[in-house]
Amino acid sequence: MARLSITLSRDDVSEAKKTAKAIVDDVFHFITKHTTDTIERTVLRYFGVDGVDAGEAPLPNVVVDHLKKKGVLDTGSAYWISNACVATGKDPQTVAEAVGANALDLTAIPSQPLETVYRFAQEKAVEALDRVESVRKTRDELLVQLRDNPKPYKYVIVATGNIYEDVSQAKAASEQGADVIAVIRSTAQSLLDYVPYGPTTEGFGGTYATQENFRIMRQALDEIAAEQKRYIRLTNYASGLCMPEIAMMASWEGLDFLLNDSMYGILFRDINMKRTFVDQYFSRLIVALSGITINTGEDNYLTTSDAIEKAYAVTASQLINEAFAKKAGMKEAYMGLGHAFEIDPAIENGFLYELAHALLARELFPNATLKYMPPTKFMTGNVFKGYAMNTLFNLASVFTGQDIQLLGMLTEAIHTPYLQDRYLAILNANYIFNNARLLGYELEVKKGGFIERRAQEVLSQALTLLKHTQKVGLMNAIQEAQFADISRSQDGGKGLSGVHRKSEGYYNPVLSELERRLGIEVAL
Amino acid sequence: MSEFKGNVFIDPKQLTSYGDAANDGAVQLSFTLPIPYGALAKEAAKVFVRNLGFDTLDIVSMEDMQEGYTFFVVYAHTQKTIDVSKIKVMDVSFRVMSREETDDFIQKKIGRPLVVVGATIESDAHTVGLDAILNMKGYHGDYGLERYKMFTVHNMGSQVLCEEVVRKVKETKADALLISQIVTQKNLHIQNLTKLMDLLEIEGVRKGLLTIVGGPRISYELAVELGYDVGFGSGTVPSQVASYIATTLSERAELT
Repeated sequence: MARLSITLSRDDVSEAKKTAKAIVDDVFHFITKHTTDTIERTVLRYFGVDGVDAGEAPLPNVVVDHLKKKGVLDTGSAYWISNACVATGKDPQTVAEAVGANALDLTAIPSQPLETVYRFAQEKAVEALDRVESVRKTRDELLVQLRDNPKPYKYVIVATGNIYEDVSQAKAASEQGADVIAVIRSTAQSLLDYVPYGPTTEGFGGTYATQENFRIMRQALDEIAAEQKRYIRLTNYASGLCMPEIAMMASWEGLDFLLNDSMYGILFRDINMKRTFVDQYFSRLIVALSGITINTGEDNYLTTSDAIEKAYAVTASQLINEAFAKKAGMKEAYMGLGHAFEIDPAIENGFLYELAHALLARELFPNATLKYMPPTKFMTGNVFKGYAMNTLFNLASVFTGQDIQLLGMLTEAIHTPYLQDRYLAILNANYIFNNARLLGYELEVKKGGFIERRAQEVLSQALTLLKHTQKVGLMNAIQEAQFADISRSQDGGKGLSGVHRKSEGYYNPVLSELERRLGIEVAL
Repeated sequence: MSEFKGNVFIDPKQLTSYGDAANDGAVQLSFTLPIPYGALAKEAAKVFVRNLGFDTLDIVSMEDMQEGYTFFVVYAHTQKTIDVSKIKVMDVSFRVMSREETDDFIQKKIGRPLVVVGATIESDAHTVGLDAILNMKGYHGDYGLERYKMFTVHNMGSQVLCEEVVRKVKETKADALLISQIVTQKNLHIQNLTKLMDLLEIEGVRKGLLTIVGGPRISYELAVELGYDVGFGSGTVPSQVASYIATTLSERAELT
């Protein structure tokens, strides 16, 4: 049975993919030569360094800051922690605790034979990534053993600030039929250059992403999954200044989806672009080995700009996100490329535009797990009209074969969802998805009609933007405000001081082991 | 304002809500009770709604939301009435002008471009509202302040520290400050807005500066209560804000 499809210019499609790849290849000249604070902290975390010092500072931060102060971070944290472990016979956590208590200077420890140090580090990396693969295997087995849900997956958000209250709301939502639970993060966590520690019960507009909170929610969802005989996916955010660290925690705690975008932080959070590009690569290597599906943030282009005028920005960004993901060894099925239903409801035939845009994404990325975002920009306090808009959104999704449906809330633009808002959203989606399940398999899009022409038009516009971006380079294109009309400079934004050029002796066994297991050829 | 609806007299001194007949006091409610679905939940919902001041009521839907939560849709009637003649509202009145008119108006009355600084402050990461008012593109076909000849706009974006805002106001000699805030359940917006106002006072830049707050649930009353000149809620378009800035600042200029 064939799903709804449209015809696009094949030349344009292959040209767009080729151009996106060239754009991304160019950025890799920078990426491969650099490391960042959070990448080095991720390595320490994989080596087993966790917890906080007496001043509540996470130990991975303490150790990395110590190495920065000594001016040796460009060799990589793996070397220094391993050298200390070999010399003292202690494990990385004990060594880190000593650094945290100001009782140990890692650079003052005599250099041990390099071969021994590397062997120690390599073993730690292998152990850590074996655990990643075993977590992945558990998920894969559960997906076979339990029933996976039909698509579009119903994705809902909980955001109480208290992980235990989140659990109670997530349980209720799962029992009502939600397939994916996202625990939204506390406001501005993306700007923290550390990951908070332990279970948390207070947050602003969301709940802190911590490894312990991940574990608590995973356990709760697994219990429900066992009861309900269907797998429930867990989502969090690997974005902001700690992309790879969050990915690392997710890889050990069995998260399924991570919001992870190659450009979102640069444009919408003013995080330095160099930092973001380097971090996103490392985080996506982890994601690729973990079998985690990324969700990209193209919906943001439409909340800041007009959804018809700037539809091509979504397409261009999807192509760039896809190209970056491929470089990190990700398979298409794990790419949750994003888009959104954000056209002004007052526009005549707005729904046809929405269908055209949704079908363009579907056609351009036939194997991707597309993430469709609900109306937000034109949601008002009129919850009844909002509910109607969400119904159309659900219909567009099931009709055009989208994969992940972030359910619209009727109280969007008013407050964080009430329990009943989420319940009504699931009710709506259950009704529409069930009622129109095979609609897209029965109807066809008119050849050369409005929808097909519109999709082709957006693709052509996206191609123009990509061509220009290739010519000037991605970093310059961002500076020129080619994306989202927002200009960011290469050395502006947050986090640049955490980007370091690798020294000749740079050593990162987690990076090389990830690349080896993913079969990535690294050209230096 | 007493009036007839059809042939039924509506008494402003005893006003009540209108369902399908005058003075029926009909209200639609929906809510969740944290008790398991069942007979007890239904009775509890009735008692709850009666305690809210309704006498007759109909539970038209009761649904099991799992985990011990039950959802209700209720239609109820109240006997309570209000006296509209005793209600006073605070509101700003000014004429909304087109972009060209506002530009002309500023040119004539003030004779120089007005400097506007805009920001979403502290923990707030939402820029949609701020961008809708300031960006060229504007909102709903109404162009943003950047498109006006007589406004020089500095859009600082989101999560800007209050200290940075004050610095920018000083540096650009701003005429008007536009702060966008999302109302949060934990009342973070009040803390943020209060902090900014305190800083503006301390740094001595409050006087002469037109301070405007905007956000989906910001009201005029709330803004004034926090010491700001005006508040704009959802549905506000750029030309309203532009007209307000132009008229208010020209009035102030005439006074001095």
